[in-house]
Amino acid sequence: MKLPIYMDNHSTTPVDPTVLEAMLPYFTEKFGNAASRNHAFGWEAEAAVDAARQQIAGLINADAKEIVFTSGATESDNLALRGVADMYREKGDHMITTVTEHRAILDTAKRLEKLGFSVTYVPVQADGLVDPEVIRKAITPKTILISVILANNEIGTINPVAEIGRIAKEHGVLFHSDATQAVGKIPVDVQAMGIDLMSFSAHKMYGPKGVGALYVRRKNPRVRLAPMIDGGGHERGMRSGTLPVPLVVGFGKAAEICRQMMPEESKRLTALRNRLQDGIMKQLDEVYLNGHPTQRLPNNVNISFAYVEGESLLMGLKDIALSSGSACTSASLEPSYVLKALGVGSDLAHSSIRYGLGRFNTEEEVEYVIQRSVEIVTKLREMSPLYEMAKEGVDLSKVAWKGEH
Amino acid sequence: MAYSEKVIEHYNNPRNVGSLDKNDPGVGTGIVGAPECGDVMKLQIRVDKDVIVDAKFKTFGCGSAIASSSLATEWLKGRTVNEAMQIKNTDIVNELHLPPVKIHCSVLAEDAIKAALEDYRKKRGEQVAEPEPAVAERKH
Repeated sequence: MKLPIYMDNHSTTPVDPTVLEAMLPYFTEKFGNAASRNHAFGWEAEAAVDAARQQIAGLINADAKEIVFTSGATESDNLALRGVADMYREKGDHMITTVTEHRAILDTAKRLEKLGFSVTYVPVQADGLVDPEVIRKAITPKTILISVILANNEIGTINPVAEIGRIAKEHGVLFHSDATQAVGKIPVDVQAMGIDLMSFSAHKMYGPKGVGALYVRRKNPRVRLAPMIDGGGHERGMRSGTLPVPLVVGFGKAAEICRQMMPEESKRLTALRNRLQDGIMKQLDEVYLNGHPTQRLPNNVNISFAYVEGESLLMGLKDIALSSGSACTSASLEPSYVLKALGVGSDLAHSSIRYGLGRFNTEEEVEYVIQRSVEIVTKLREMSPLYEMAKEGVDLSKVAWKGEH
Repeated sequence: MAYSEKVIEHYNNPRNVGSLDKNDPGVGTGIVGAPECGDVMKLQIRVDKDVIVDAKFKTFGCGSAIASSSLATEWLKGRTVNEAMQIKNTDIVNELHLPPVKIHCSVLAEDAIKAALEDYRKKRGEQVAEPEPAVAERKH
């Protein structure tokens, strides 16, 4: 087993060697511009892009023409929200989203609010799920878009998007979903889920960084978007700019591999994940699973270890790449807003660790991560004044802390 | 974030982890911070004839908070009560090479030292003014 171990696959994934192999010729001998219509170099690049579009569309049950390439899911989220806002402003100025969206949605929504739009941020349940009925109640005659994350990036909770899609359709409101963590990991079907716009990214599914897509429905209804980037009119005018052909080819190959491997891979990852979760939770007291226990991505575990601070835990687990909801690991010094939205107290949010399994993790690595996690938590609890007080029977919520803010 | 070697060294080999009997009249206890803020330090001193003969800590917090309190216990041992009052958070920052976002860890350690000294003095029946917090408004 090689150290360090990478178990932060919600952040990014390594490029699958098969994907890289497919990309390489498009950097060198097949370097053409996919928009060059009058020579063989252009045709070759265009054919490769078309094939990739097919592969990607096939993974989400869309038509190839409905795939708009972008630089990544952040751009896709921006384009979906701003593009709809701009195009449908005459129709209405209200949007609905949730409090546990990725920053790319929340910050874009905030910007739109500054531009005069009104946005409703619906809460989530304690298990992280969005209640579709709460969305329904938030719809007004002015609502033009509902945006709900498909699977959350911190807690892996999978939202009931098919139900939300139905509600959106009943009210004639467009439905966007940020599916960055879901595509390639679980079956995503834009028809069955009633999704009109969907953001996703190559580097979360063993493809390269720097390319993503926005699915834009062409029929029932035909979605129109005002572009954010003007220029040569690429991507049906919605996103100008020469396509990064090697990245697009890699994205396509990654999608094809995910589609072929998904049944087997999700079973394998679920088994590894369950082993990881049980292995840790059965050996330690006062550990809490964050998010929904079963409506969850196969590769995600998010656990709060009471009385231990997340960053110090990561420091102890230095040969394992993980992520924490602790404030100390972020620039803002605020603990995870996703966990707080679930009603997890700040103390437990500071104590959370996200384990993100991936294609290249092994059973041996999982056993090592279990053993190290238990060791470090035990060591840190021995030096935790909170653990000591709790064991003495002190109710920590009733202590008058000095230096509280 | 990259940690300084000294922070890593204290984190891996923390000095003086543990607890003293808080009801012992020769022991002063300071507990500062709050769980919601992500750091709580408990620092204890045992004083004999005005000299700190033992110091222990327990800390819930990041690596820099653990290192700051570990270092504080090292520095406290052998000092007189008055000498201990002179330890400043900036001394800890310099010793551990703490980056700006971790300065609050050193502030907390200074507050913990002062709180422990104050507790000890109160037990001795001394009149003590509320110690000045290291930073009046600690915001992070």
